[in-house]
Amino acid sequence: MITIEVNGRSVRAEKGEMLLSALRRAGITVPTLCHIDGLTPSGACRICVVEVEGQRNLVPSCAFPAADGMKIRTHSPRAVSARRTIVELLLANHPDDCLYCSRNGNCQLQTLAEELGVRQRRFAGDRTRHTLDTSSPSIARDPAKCILCGKCVRVCEEVQSVAAIDFIGRGSRAKIGTAFDEGLNVSSCVNCGQCINVCPTGALTEQSHIKEVLDALDDPNKVVVVQHAPAVSVTLGEEFGLPAGADVAGAMTATLRRLGFDRVFDTGFAADLTIMEEGSELVYRIKNGGRLPMLTSCSPGWIKFVESYYPDFLDNLSTCKSPQQMMGAVIKHYFAQREGLAPSRIYSVSIMPCTAKKFEAGRPEMGNGTDPDIDAVLTTRELARIIRMRGLSLLDMPAETADTPFGERTTAGKLFGASGGVMEAAIRSAHYLITGEEMGNLNVHDVRGLNGVKEARVNIAGLDVGVAVVSGLGNACKLLDQIRAGRSDLHFIEVMTCPGGCIAGGGQPLGTSSEAVRSRMKALYSIDNQEAVRTSHHNESVKRLYAEFLGEPLSEKSHHLLHTHYTRREVLV
Amino acid sequence: MVTVDLQPILQRYPNASRDALIPILQEVQEHQGYLSREAVVEIGKHLRLPASKIYGVATFYNQFRFQPQGRNHIQVCRGTACHVKGSAAVLDTLKRELKIDAGQTTRDGQFSLEVVACIGACGLAPVICVNGEFHAGVTTKSIAKILDSYRRKATPNDGNEAA
Ligand code: SF4
Ligand code: SF4
Ligand code: SF4
Ligand code: FES
Repeated sequence: MITIEVNGRSVRAEKGEMLLSALRRAGITVPTLCHIDGLTPSGACRICVVEVEGQRNLVPSCAFPAADGMKIRTHSPRAVSARRTIVELLLANHPDDCLYCSRNGNCQLQTLAEELGVRQRRFAGDRTRHTLDTSSPSIARDPAKCILCGKCVRVCEEVQSVAAIDFIGRGSRAKIGTAFDEGLNVSSCVNCGQCINVCPTGALTEQSHIKEVLDALDDPNKVVVVQHAPAVSVTLGEEFGLPAGADVAGAMTATLRRLGFDRVFDTGFAADLTIMEEGSELVYRIKNGGRLPMLTSCSPGWIKFVESYYPDFLDNLSTCKSPQQMMGAVIKHYFAQREGLAPSRIYSVSIMPCTAKKFEAGRPEMGNGTDPDIDAVLTTRELARIIRMRGLSLLDMPAETADTPFGERTTAGKLFGASGGVMEAAIRSAHYLITGEEMGNLNVHDVRGLNGVKEARVNIAGLDVGVAVVSGLGNACKLLDQIRAGRSDLHFIEVMTCPGGCIAGGGQPLGTSSEAVRSRMKALYSIDNQEAVRTSHHNESVKRLYAEFLGEPLSEKSHHLLHTHYTRREVLV
Repeated sequence: MVTVDLQPILQRYPNASRDALIPILQEVQEHQGYLSREAVVEIGKHLRLPASKIYGVATFYNQFRFQPQGRNHIQVCRGTACHVKGSAAVLDTLKRELKIDAGQTTRDGQFSLEVVACIGACGLAPVICVNGEFHAGVTTKSIAKILDSYRRKATPNDGNEAA
C-alpha cells in the first residue's frame, strides 16, 4: 500500500493501481465516459482528468497509475473547466433531443452537462448527418447520439469476442458501424445488448415492443398472457429505487395484473420443464454415445454465436428450446386448447432480462410458420417504463402469486437467472433421473459465483460427469477452442452469453455495478435456500403437464413442441 | 462473383500480425481493383482479425474501395487549387447526380467515384478525370453534360441503366 494526497486528504492506494480506482474507493467521484471496469483503459474521452502536482498537463485518472506521495486535485478550477469544455465540445455535434430520447433522465452525457453547469451552446459545430439503424430485431442504433467513446466496440470485442462493430471512417466522418457498414441484422451481432448496458448515451437502445404490448392490452378480443423470467424479479426493484437484489416477484405479479394482463405466468415453470427435457437429453446422450459435451441452449445470443462462429459445434447444442420458447409453445398449444381459445386470440408477452430474446422470439422455427409462439418481448427496463407510464406504484403493491398452471416454479427454475444456475438445477435432476434418489446435499458450490469459467466433476452413481460453466462469450470461445484442440473430459457445459448470466443481461437496469450483479446473484441463492421445493422434477405442474399432455420427457409431442434445430449462418465474422 | 485467389499474396506474409494489414490491403486492392467481402474475410482469417476491424482500418484511409470500379471511373481532384476553385461543390453535385458517395459504384455499374489528392493539373482547376481523360474547369452545371457523354458511349447491350 502507498499513500497519495487527494484534495488535501490522504488516501491509500495500491502501488501501480490506476488513480480512478483509488479515488472511487475513497468515495471521491470523478466522472468517466469511456472507462469500463475490468478492461484496459483506453484514455479516449479525457472527462476523468485530474490535476497531479508536478505534471504540466492534466492526466486522465482512469489511465494514470498512482505513485507514493502523489498530490492530486480532482476538482480544481482547471480540471473542472477542462471537463466542461469536453462536454461542450461533445454537445456541439449532438442533437438537442433529450425530451424525445429514451435515455432522458438516465443519460451520462445529460447528467454531466447538468453537473458541470453547461447552460448554453458554446460551440455551434456542423451536425453530422446520420441514419438510424433499426434493422436489428433487438438493438436500435442512433449514431447521432453517439459520442464515440468506444465502449460498445470494446465490450463487443473484448468481452464477447464478437467484434460486430468498430470505428469506421475518420475525422468528422468517424462513426461506429459494422463491417461494410451494413445493418446490424446482417452482421455478426448476436443481439446480447451488452453494448447498450455500457453506452453512456441514447445511441444504443433495445428495439422497443412497448407500443405493440399496450395495443394488445387495449384490444378486447385478445387474451394477453405474460411470463416473466427468473432474473427479472430481482432487478426490477432497482428501477424504482430499491437496492440491488431486492426480490419483487409478488409485487410485480400484482402490477402485471393491474396493467391488464389476463394471465401471469412464471418462466421458472418452463425452466423446470427445460431441466426435465435437457436432463433427459443429457442422460440419453451419455448412455447412447451421443455427441458430447452437450452445450446448453437457453441463451439465444450464444445460439447465434455458435451458428456463426462455431458451426462445427451445432450438434453439441441441446435441441431444447429455451424456457421462453418452451413456455410460448405450451401457451399457444396446450393452454389455448385447455381454455378453448384459438391460438390467434392469445397475445403472448414475455418479460426478459435480455435483448436477444426479441431476436429469438422472431426466429422462424419458434412458431407455426405464420403465428409466432411469443408475440412480444419486453426487457426489464421496458416493463419499468410501462409501469411508470400507467402511474402504478410497484412499491405499494400487495404481493400476489402467479396464475396456474404455469405460475408454479421450483427454486431450481429460479436459479436459471444466474451463471451456474442451469447447471446446478440440471445436476440435481440428472442425479434423480439416473439413480431414482435425491442428492444428499443439493448445493453444488463449484458452479456458483461470478467467475467467468467454473468447472466441477460430479459423481452420479459411479458415473464421473465433467461439467463446466462459462459466461461471457469470450470465455465460451476459449473453452470451445480447447475442445476443438482435443479436450475430452467434459460432458455438459452451461453457457450464458452475458457475464454473470441473465442477472447481468442486456435488458437489465442501466448503470449496473459488479456489486449489484453480486447482490442479484445472492438474492437468487437465498430464494433457493428459503423455499421447500428445490428440484425441477418435483414441480407438480410440470408433472401434470407430462401426465395430461406431453407423456414423458423426449416424447414425440415434446420433440414437436419443445425441441428445435439450428443452422449454420453465413455472416461476416 | 469470381473469387480471386489471395493465397499468393497472403503467403508472402506468414505469421503476420496486425502491422501487415495495410500492405496486404494495398496489394489485394491492386490485384482485385477493390476489397471484396470475400477478400476481407480471407484477410481476416489470415491475420486473425474480425471483418469489422479490417473494414474500420480500411475506411480510415481514402485509398480503399469496397466495390468494383464502374465502367466509367471518375476521379475528383481535391487538391488545394481545385478546392479554391470550388471542387467541393463539384463533388457534391456528382454525388447527387449519381446517388453514390465517394468510393462507391452506381448500382448499374456505369459510374464509380473516387476522391483523389492533387492530380497535378492545377492549371485546369477544378478538374475531374474520367477513365484517364481530364475535364478542365468543371462547374456544377457542366457535370450533367459530361456524365451524359459517357452514358452515350456505353454499349447498347449494357441494358437498362437509365435509373
Ligand atoms: S443521448 Fe442523452 S444528451 Fe443526447 S439526447 Fe439523449 S438524453 Fe439527451
Ligand atoms: S448486441 Fe452484443 S454482439 Fe451485438 S453489437 Fe452489441 S455487444 Fe456486440
Ligand atoms: S454507441 Fe454508445 S457506447 Fe458506442 S461509442 Fe457511441 S456513445 Fe459510446
Ligand atoms: S474515462 Fe478516463 S479517459 Fe475516458
